[in-house]
Formats: sequence, structure tokens, C-alpha cells
Amino acid sequence: MVRRFLRSPSGVFGGALFLVVAVVALLAGTIAPGDPLASAGASLQSPSLDHVMGTDNFGRDLFRAVVHGTRTSMTVVAAVVAMSLVIGMVVGMVSGYVGGVVDSVLMRVTEMFQSVPRFFLAILVVGLFGSGLDNLVLLLGLTSWDLLARVVRAESLSLRKREFVDAARSMGASPVRILLRHILPNVLPSAVVVASLLGSRVILIEAALAFIGLGDPNAVSLGSLLDNAQQFLSVAWWMSAFPGIAIAVAVLGLNLMGDAVNDLLNPLSVTAARPRRSYKGVLAPAK
Amino acid sequence: MGYVVRRLLQTLPTIAAILVIAFLMVQLAPGDAVDALAGGGGDEAYYDYLRSYLQLDRPLPEQFLSYAGHLLRGDMSISFVQGGRPVAELIAQRLPATLLLISTALLIATAGGLVLGSLAARRPFGAFDMGITTTALVSYSLPAFWLAQLALITLAFRLGLFPVQGMTDARADYTGLAHYLDVGRHLVLPALVLATSDLALVTRVTRAGLVQELDRDYVRTAKGLGLRERDVVVRHALPNALLPVVTVIGNRIGLLFTVTVVVETVFGWPGLGTLLLQAAQTRDRPLLLGMMLVVAAFVTLANLATDLIYAWIDPRIRFD
Repeated sequence: MVRRFLRSPSGVFGGALFLVVAVVALLAGTIAPGDPLASAGASLQSPSLDHVMGTDNFGRDLFRAVVHGTRTSMTVVAAVVAMSLVIGMVVGMVSGYVGGVVDSVLMRVTEMFQSVPRFFLAILVVGLFGSGLDNLVLLLGLTSWDLLARVVRAESLSLRKREFVDAARSMGASPVRILLRHILPNVLPSAVVVASLLGSRVILIEAALAFIGLGDPNAVSLGSLLDNAQQFLSVAWWMSAFPGIAIAVAVLGLNLMGDAVNDLLNPLSVTAARPRRSYKGVLAPAK
Repeated sequence: MGYVVRRLLQTLPTIAAILVIAFLMVQLAPGDAVDALAGGGGDEAYYDYLRSYLQLDRPLPEQFLSYAGHLLRGDMSISFVQGGRPVAELIAQRLPATLLLISTALLIATAGGLVLGSLAARRPFGAFDMGITTTALVSYSLPAFWLAQLALITLAFRLGLFPVQGMTDARADYTGLAHYLDVGRHLVLPALVLATSDLALVTRVTRAGLVQELDRDYVRTAKGLGLRERDVVVRHALPNALLPVVTVIGNRIGLLFTVTVVVETVFGWPGLGTLLLQAAQTRDRPLLLGMMLVVAAFVTLANLATDLIYAWIDPRIRFD
């Protein structure tokens, strides 16, 4: 699995992009020391050796702001993805393994969450309850697990019929043990794919909220940097360019990685489609 | 026809649930419309007057029932903040601009995506295909509001090709044809930006579907019969590759309504997005609820339309 992933050039490239972003987020204080909200010189300087990304209208160093903004974004992403993974995997595994009434109830609930217009809800919640990052993380973490649950359920559904699960059951293993020891390791790869695509969506939502002025005022965010740039578009292109590139790199990395893993798991998927080399292999008709 | 009616009836509980949840949430939030209207630290008696005037002093269930009752009679009640004007009027005033923007973007994304995807699928993994696929992948990852800013910096400010803000030129008072041209000029950039990620997605899905279809026996037969390549693609393969494209477009309409919020903000487009932001900032409950309703209704209709188009494209699908 890992070896096949490493053979996909776009996957490796995406992974590398994401790795860079993650390292920047983790080492933000070392890479760009100092308070990102403090002034560092004259305002609206274009990029130079002193300030590689220039300064903004308050004289803040943009490189420092972008690095710390990346950290904010990735913190939100990590928290939301972790919450969604826990909820989604528990719901999906229980639903798929137990089946019956439990399954139908859990899936109806999942469908409800699926039809929630997330960004609208986020505007409502953040606009009404205040724009702390904790509100945002809670809201997104509690509402974004629907796809994860469905994918994990589908996998568990097929896994519970497999011999090794039967064997474990006949040896008297408890359902909890079967779920944790036998089902969990097998659903994890697909869960990771969905999680990385979810991560890219979360980055965009967080940035969009900060952009329309609903971000956390106490944290530097890539979105709020862009919001700030809006009034200076005609005089300071760098205020918009660099934070945007940071968002795009993070999102692209996660998308590429997700796509590559998805191609491995599902050779008929949208991105994996390639011509058959021979007419011997019979493919299922595309729907 | 019976199917359409049944589908519409099925959506009523969902919309009702959204309404109740939104109503409760606005209620639970700290602060209320009176704070937003009159500011803090003012005359208590005036606050009380405002609360009773807006009926905010009644018990919650009564407030909700009164709202729902008015709604059933087609009355979305009046805005708390915007000069007490009817919500329906406020929304109706902004809706056309948003619909114009969204439908133009959809048109660009669909038509452009089908053409680009078909061109790319002709020689899979050729230079043109790789170029298109890579561009699509990258542009799918760009945040719309940043793309909007880049478009403004380069095309509007530097090159002066397009107007910067708004829907019409405020200095000139065009009428007739000139007015439409003016709106069209203002529409180009926001619509293109809004369309970008969908264009990328439709291109990828079209390409992937066509690559699979073009490899099938009937395509070989058609080519063997001596049909021109364009006819083979457009008349035989493309219709079969179209179903996933319709699904993708249908699913994205809801998303378009949300992305348009940020795009409208950047371009100062006078649509629902900017109204939604005002409503959220001023806790204008009737306006917020009204907008949630309208958007939910449009998304539902879009889903229904998607299903109907399905049956139209693929005669094997029948509803009963």
C-alpha cells in the first residue's frame, strides 16, 4: 500500500507539499520568531530581503503573519479532523458491524448531517455566538463526520462477513475487541483518505469565515490576512498573493494526497480513469 | 408529475427541521437584535419598548408559532433591523443578482467543462490532456475569494479590462441595451471566479467518463463504420458519459450558494451574500430565517431538477 502510494508522482508531490505545510505549522515559532501581530517596520513595504513577503498596512511582517496563520489553520484542521475521525469511525463501524435497527437509525442521522449547509451554519454560529476558534472547531467537528461514517460503514459491512472476523467471533472475542482489533485496522486507510479531503475543506471554510470578518480576532489567520488585503489590492499585491499561496499549497497538498490514495483503493474512480490496455480485463460498466 | 409532487412533499419535513434548528440557534445566541439595533448602555425603558414592539418578550413557543403561522400565509414577517421592511421584499430585491451570478457561473462551468473534458479525453495522457488535468487540479484547490482578488489585481486594476466593484456603473445611468451591456461587463469577473472550481470539476469528470466510454466496443464499431471522430464523441460517447456530470453539477448548486457569499463580498455584488452578512452581524432573526428558507428551497429544487434531467438523459431510469 505504502509502496504503491510512493509510486504515484502526484501523491508524492501532494504529500511533500503537505509535509512542508505541517512542518511550518509545527515550527512556526522557530521559523518566524516574534509576535505576528506586532509592527516590524514601515507599513506597506514591498517584498525585500528584510521582509521577504513585504509588510502590511500596520507594518507587520507578512512572512511572520503567513507562517503563524498557517499554524492557526492547521490547528483548526487537526482538531476538526480528529473529532470527525473519532465520531465518524465509531458511528460507521458500529453501524456496519451491528447492522439492523441500529444501522438504519445511525444512517438516518448521518443523512441529516449530510444535508446541513455547513458554511451557512458556520456563518450563523460564529456570527451569533462569537468568533472564537473553539466555536468553529466544535461546530465543524460535530457536523463534518457524515462522509467518514458512510465510507467506514461500507467497509465494515463487507469486513464482518470475512473469515478472519468469523474466526475471531467463534473464538469468543467480544464485539468491542473485534471492532478494535480486526475491523479498525482495516477501515483506517479509507478513513485517512476521506479525512485528508475533509482537511482541505476545513482549511477553505476557516479561511472563508476569517475573510468575511468572522474569524478569531486574537489569532492570525490566512483568511483575515486576505480580508485585510482587500482594501489595498491596487497598491500592495503582496498582501493578497502570499497568504493566498499558503492556503492553495495546503489545500492542493491534501487534495493530491487524497486523490492518490483514492486511486489506489478504487481503480474506477474519477481521477484514476485510464484506458484499458487490453480488452481481456472486463470492467464493471460505469454508471 | 405525481413523482414531482411527492418529491416536493418529502422535502417539507427537512425544511421544517432546518427552520426549527435555526430559530433555536438564533434564540440561544448571546445578545439580541435590540442590542444590535440600539447599542448597549441606553435607556432601559426604550429597550423594553423595542422588545415588546418586536414581540421578543413573549414565550419562545409562542414566538415560533406566530412566525410559522405567518409563514404559512406566505408572510416572512418583517426585518428587525432594515427599517422594518418586509423580509420577502428585502430578499426579492437581492435574489435576482445572486441568481444571475450563479446561473452564469453554472453555464460557464457546464459548457466549458464539457468542451475541455472532451478535448482532453481524445488523447488520454497526451500533452494537452496533462496540461488540462493539471490546471484543473490546481484551480480546484484555489480559494474562490483569493482567486477573486487575483483577478481584481491583474485584470481590473493593472490592465483595466473590467470594472472593479458592483453590478452597474453608478456614474452613468444607462437604460435599455446599454444597461444590459453594463451589467454584462460587471458580471464577467465574478461569474468566472465563481465558476472556476466547478469548471475544473466538470472537466475532470467529463474527461474520466469519456476516457472509459471511448474504450468500449460500440465506439470501436462506430469508428469502424467510418463516422467522423467528432460525431463519435459528441453523438455516441458523450451522452453516456453525461450522468456523473449531471450528478456533480446538481450536488454543487448548494455549494455555489455558499461560495457566492465570499465572491459577492470581494466584488461588491449586490446579492444575497452581502445581505446574509449584514443579517448575521445585526442578529436580524427574521431576515436570517427567511434567507435560510429561500436557499434551502432553491437547493431542493436543484436536486429535483437533477433527478428529472437524469431520467431525460438516460431512458433506462424511470420514476414511479
